[in-house]
Amino acid sequence: MTSTVNSQMKHHTHISSKHKMLSLNLSEVWKYKDLIVLFTKRTFVLTYKQTVLGPAWIFLNPLISSIIYAFVFGGIAGIGTEGVPQLLFYLCSNAIWTFFSTCVTKNASTFTANAAVFGKVYFPRLTTPISNVLSSLIQFGVQMILVVVFLVYYLIKGAVSPNWLAWLAIPIELIHLGLFGLGVGIIISSMTTKYRDLSILVGFGVSLWMYITPIVYPISQLGDGFMKTILMINPVTAPVEVIRYAILGQGTIMPIYLAISWALTVIVMVFGIMIFNKVEKTFMDTV
Amino acid sequence: MNETNNREIAIKLSGVKKMYKLGQIGGGTLTADIQSWWARRRGKDDPNTKIGTNQRLIGKTFMALNGIDLTVYKGEALGIIGGNGAGKSTMLKLLSRVTAPTEGEIDIYGRITSMLEVGTGFNGEMTGRENVYLNGAILGMTKAEIDAKMEEIIEFSEVREFIDTPVKRYSSGMYVKLAFSVAAHLDSEIMIMDEVLAVGDMAFQKKCLDKMRDAAKKEGRTVLYVSHNMNTIRQLCDRCVVLDKGKVVYEGDVEEGIGHYLGLYNSSEQIIDLRNLPREKWFKNGPAKFESLEMEKEKAIYDLNAKMRMKISILSNQDIKNALLGVFILNQGIAVTSMKTPSIVSLEKNKICVLELEVDLERIAPGKYTTKLVLSKQNEMGHVEYYDVLMNTYSFEIVQPHNWMHNRPWSIHNNGFLVSQDLKLLKQFNTSEDYK
Repeated sequence: MTSTVNSQMKHHTHISSKHKMLSLNLSEVWKYKDLIVLFTKRTFVLTYKQTVLGPAWIFLNPLISSIIYAFVFGGIAGIGTEGVPQLLFYLCSNAIWTFFSTCVTKNASTFTANAAVFGKVYFPRLTTPISNVLSSLIQFGVQMILVVVFLVYYLIKGAVSPNWLAWLAIPIELIHLGLFGLGVGIIISSMTTKYRDLSILVGFGVSLWMYITPIVYPISQLGDGFMKTILMINPVTAPVEVIRYAILGQGTIMPIYLAISWALTVIVMVFGIMIFNKVEKTFMDTV
Repeated sequence: MNETNNREIAIKLSGVKKMYKLGQIGGGTLTADIQSWWARRRGKDDPNTKIGTNQRLIGKTFMALNGIDLTVYKGEALGIIGGNGAGKSTMLKLLSRVTAPTEGEIDIYGRITSMLEVGTGFNGEMTGRENVYLNGAILGMTKAEIDAKMEEIIEFSEVREFIDTPVKRYSSGMYVKLAFSVAAHLDSEIMIMDEVLAVGDMAFQKKCLDKMRDAAKKEGRTVLYVSHNMNTIRQLCDRCVVLDKGKVVYEGDVEEGIGHYLGLYNSSEQIIDLRNLPREKWFKNGPAKFESLEMEKEKAIYDLNAKMRMKISILSNQDIKNALLGVFILNQGIAVTSMKTPSIVSLEKNKICVLELEVDLERIAPGKYTTKLVLSKQNEMGHVEYYDVLMNTYSFEIVQPHNWMHNRPWSIHNNGFLVSQDLKLLKQFNTSEDYK
């Protein structure tokens, strides 16, 4: 029974009424890595259970919405895409935006959606938002397969010229977007434990957000007015531009705004973790 | 108690308090909170106040736990008992880290599994096997650990045939069995259970109890068990703690603890003021009224076949010559038996009449009962006229003696209200030929 004794030494838990503002306890989260994987898996398993087309929906969904974007914004509204084939432009933009917006919306309901489980068992609460980001990332990866298929097609036709070197920046900017989405999401989720209004706000807030982000149009369409300043201050703009610059060879990268975006991401993350730490301890009493 | 000083500590709570806010927490919505705040600032009525009350319950609090100091030693099975609202569940919630204490410190030495509810995180769409993985991981197992225990879990759960079927198609019994199996196979040093054993059929319940007992006795794990079922507490625990109003009121021997708890729970006072107790709905005030009831015994616990002595005072506003007093004994609203005074009672106008009575509890089975008092008369036409009818006046418990019925607990549901004589065995013989 020595192993028990040893593990008992290891597992000393101290619970106190006080809490640290910034303790992340990542080692504990790491111990629950299998749970994160299972949560991520569950998201996919549950989405496609009892559907006829099953996982095909992962492809169909972005394809259909990109075609609609191309039809509405490119066809009817006549918004140009700087020479990039419209379908490819919208597929790529859509994939990036879906990644960010699911990070926000899924995490925004972390506490309320998991109240039943959180109320009965303890596990590091951060596992849920992390698995949400992971599943959004996988979703993004799948959408990227679609993007690459079309990219190859248009490359053969000679319609696009990607900046291959900039592809190295894609993972970094994905982390950037993921962190920002995670930060925003957990701030909202922490506040929804007390104020349910926010959960209603999130739905259309995020879709409005899309319109002040260059998703359905390139930045060049805006000129140099007030709108462009707002657009550039929006922390999502810079990473979107970087990723699109790499894949489509189109876009404007301004290092200043990229730096601002990173700075805001760090602030949002720190604030997010602080408020998350505070709320996770006692949210069961208010939710 | 000297021996306990040397024992390893599993859990230590010191000065633990948990406060809950009463009433609505916030308006629930941001706008309502801003509204209230703005109204208070301008010195106007809070628009979110309930009509008829002056204040929202701002600042009103409730101490669910009010200074708990408790040490649980390694390898012991500790039972936690107490009435509703005593703070049992709050304590378990704090220990399982579902919520944090308002004040105080808790130290836990060892991995802890809490079964506040079985099947937490079970998802109906997923198969039994998928749910075992997810539930196990939620409870803190790694995938490798679950893989190693999978066979054992399935075997224990008795649902092997259905393990790859979505659990939404399970019967509630199967669901609970599977869920319990996962929790029971965790490799943790401390197990916390909140009445989860009140599930499954009798055979499975027994299996669960045995498993828990093994965990405590053979594997040296620490078990914290909360239940309202005194028999399972007796079977499983070797020490017990009684909570009342957020405090530990008793700590020590199981039998004594149960006695202490039953005394608390049936806290029918020895002297009960009957004037304002609820009457039967159909009953309109009559000419006489029960005033008070005084029990001879301090605690409302009686042995089997005991006699219950009481003093009843009745005030009458007219002379009554032909009253009858009845004492009914009820179990969950159903009359078990009723007894009446042997002769007619006479009451004098504006005088208090005191009756000293003895109720013979002979043959009434162990269980919890309440009494109902009825003062009535039968008129010339044979109809019954009621003077006063009192519901659930006094509650008491008849306890099962030790080593009675081969220690099998008497259940009113299964065994009935009356304890009868043992069967008379007239003859027993074995047939001489082998039966084929």
